[in-house]
Amino acid sequence: MSHTDAQSTTDQVLGLYRGMRLVREVEERLGSLFADGEIPGFIHLSIGQEAVSVGVAAALEKNDTLASNHRGHGHAIAKGLKLDRFFLEVFGKQGGYCRGRGGSMHVADLSVGMLGANGIVGAGVSLAVGSALAHKLRGTGQIAVVFFGDGALAEGVLHESLNLAQLWMLPVLFVCENNGWSEFTESRRQLATDSQRMAAAYGIRALTVDGNDVVEVAAAARKAVEQIRAGEGPCLLECRTRRVRGHFEGDPQKYREPGDLETAMHSDPLARCETQLISAGTPQQAIDKIKVDIKALVDVAVAAARAGAAPMPTDAIADVYTATRGLSS
Amino acid sequence: MSEVRFGQAINQALRDAMTTDSSVILLGEDVARPGGPFGVTRGLLDKFGPERVRDTPISEAALAGAAVGAALTGLRPIVEIMFMDFVTLAMDALVNQAAKAHFMFGGQGSVPIVVRMPHGGGINAGPQHSQCLEAWLAHVPGLKVVCPATVADAYGLTRTAIADDDPVIVIEHKALYAMKGELSHSPTATQLGRARIAREGQDATIVTYGAMVAVALNAADELEQSGVLTEVIDLRSLQPWDETCVLNSLAKTHRLIICHEAVEAFGVGAEIAARMADAGFDELDGPIVRVGAPFMPPPFAKTLEDWYRPDAAKIVAAVNKTLS
Repeated sequence: MSHTDAQSTTDQVLGLYRGMRLVREVEERLGSLFADGEIPGFIHLSIGQEAVSVGVAAALEKNDTLASNHRGHGHAIAKGLKLDRFFLEVFGKQGGYCRGRGGSMHVADLSVGMLGANGIVGAGVSLAVGSALAHKLRGTGQIAVVFFGDGALAEGVLHESLNLAQLWMLPVLFVCENNGWSEFTESRRQLATDSQRMAAAYGIRALTVDGNDVVEVAAAARKAVEQIRAGEGPCLLECRTRRVRGHFEGDPQKYREPGDLETAMHSDPLARCETQLISAGTPQQAIDKIKVDIKALVDVAVAAARAGAAPMPTDAIADVYTATRGLSS
Repeated sequence: MSEVRFGQAINQALRDAMTTDSSVILLGEDVARPGGPFGVTRGLLDKFGPERVRDTPISEAALAGAAVGAALTGLRPIVEIMFMDFVTLAMDALVNQAAKAHFMFGGQGSVPIVVRMPHGGGINAGPQHSQCLEAWLAHVPGLKVVCPATVADAYGLTRTAIADDDPVIVIEHKALYAMKGELSHSPTATQLGRARIAREGQDATIVTYGAMVAVALNAADELEQSGVLTEVIDLRSLQPWDETCVLNSLAKTHRLIICHEAVEAFGVGAEIAARMADAGFDELDGPIVRVGAPFMPPPFAKTLEDWYRPDAAKIVAAVNKTLS
């Protein structure tokens, strides 16, 4: 590898690190804001899983579509959602992406192809398949990607969707973000099979990567996306990761075996990426600067969200239906 | 004008909409090569090709969910659910996804899907192929629900549903598919939420929809012989429904009967009765009477099913009850 190539690779890794650091900072802040009672409702954090959202999103174009799930902050931020409108939404304010009607579990920005987080496990899978059908019929070259957890492997709609996607050779990337947990129960106690064997049953190309190694995730996603864009049909990418927080914030996690949490924290994707960067010659100051810059960005967004106006019921009820274009007056 | 069957009018509406708008596609079990279980989509595969007219696996959940995803990405999918009873398998996509996206995403985007499904009995199809579950769907904010009773509305409401940017459920009574009626050579769309006075009268108002409109008209003929002139309102659209039309009729007749094939309890009739007991309280000269199926699943045997489904005699009895 030439010096220039090495530098460009390091720059790419630094970009991935920056993406993960942004998701981490956002979610750590969400955790503390929730603990302080500033954010209501349910908050599901993906802390420790940032390499998956950031690594996959790095392989996407802006107009590719993405369906997410309840643990979807990372997917949204990595797809390019703006921090200010994101925090406004999670705070339940009028200026949020969903005007305060969705919250953490429904953040969406159709302008960047983000088809929404989703409160229903597995629901995003069929949405992505349909989105991929639209891409195919419209001949736009776009692809659809869906993130789902290992818990969703037990949902019937996922099986129906895998079958449909392969049957119609749709441009869709299925990302199984395997964090080992189906809510409060270990997935190994719930699944008689795994994502790879499921994909194989439907003839779908599939691979498993270390989901806490952002470089490995990004490389695998890039290759999968290239094949999908070339018309080779769907692909399933399982990213093995660890959940280091509860199912939701405030979950005391009494169901975890002693020591499990500590083990999970040893494979932190940000720490691993930092080590990689340092050994490739990136100065510590460059990494520290990223941390400081991102913290400042999040500070600004949180302050603006706190000050945001509350949503209005009249505005909300007016949006139950669209102002339809209709055929008749 | 020409005489066509109800199912052919829907076919014509699909054909015209697909000709007009290339983003309209058709998805469903057996809708392409077989032309639909009731023949409604016959010929559309040949006309529009396999990309736009798609036979799907027997996967209602993925089918409906994919329609929502495609709609959020710029298509206008029309989904056929083979029997309304099978909508249970597609409920997450309809209730949690399609109905809520526009609202839940803060007014971003819309889900312009049409979901067609036949309801109702009369062909001895038994408890899982005969139900009328429209009240479930009309109860969900974000969904629109229509139910045509005539050939003209089979065409008109289908066109309106396809042109609408919100998710619209089109409920077709399976006993009507073969019914003949007049369709204009240049048929038009039917405005959503606007009822039709199927027969004018001054003594009592019968509000109904779908296949029960013809039954109510038979009851009205019978009542006329004993000097009772009933007004029959064909709702056409259940969500939204034409409250003004019903209220105006009530102001004329002062008696209200609501009839549907669905079970009476917690049905569409319950909502209309409650609204009229409130907004129309001063106009009422008698009790609001509902005619619906008894609180039991639709039975198979012909004798049982005939007893189960509302008929003209039950409507006549209901009118006489509120007049007495």
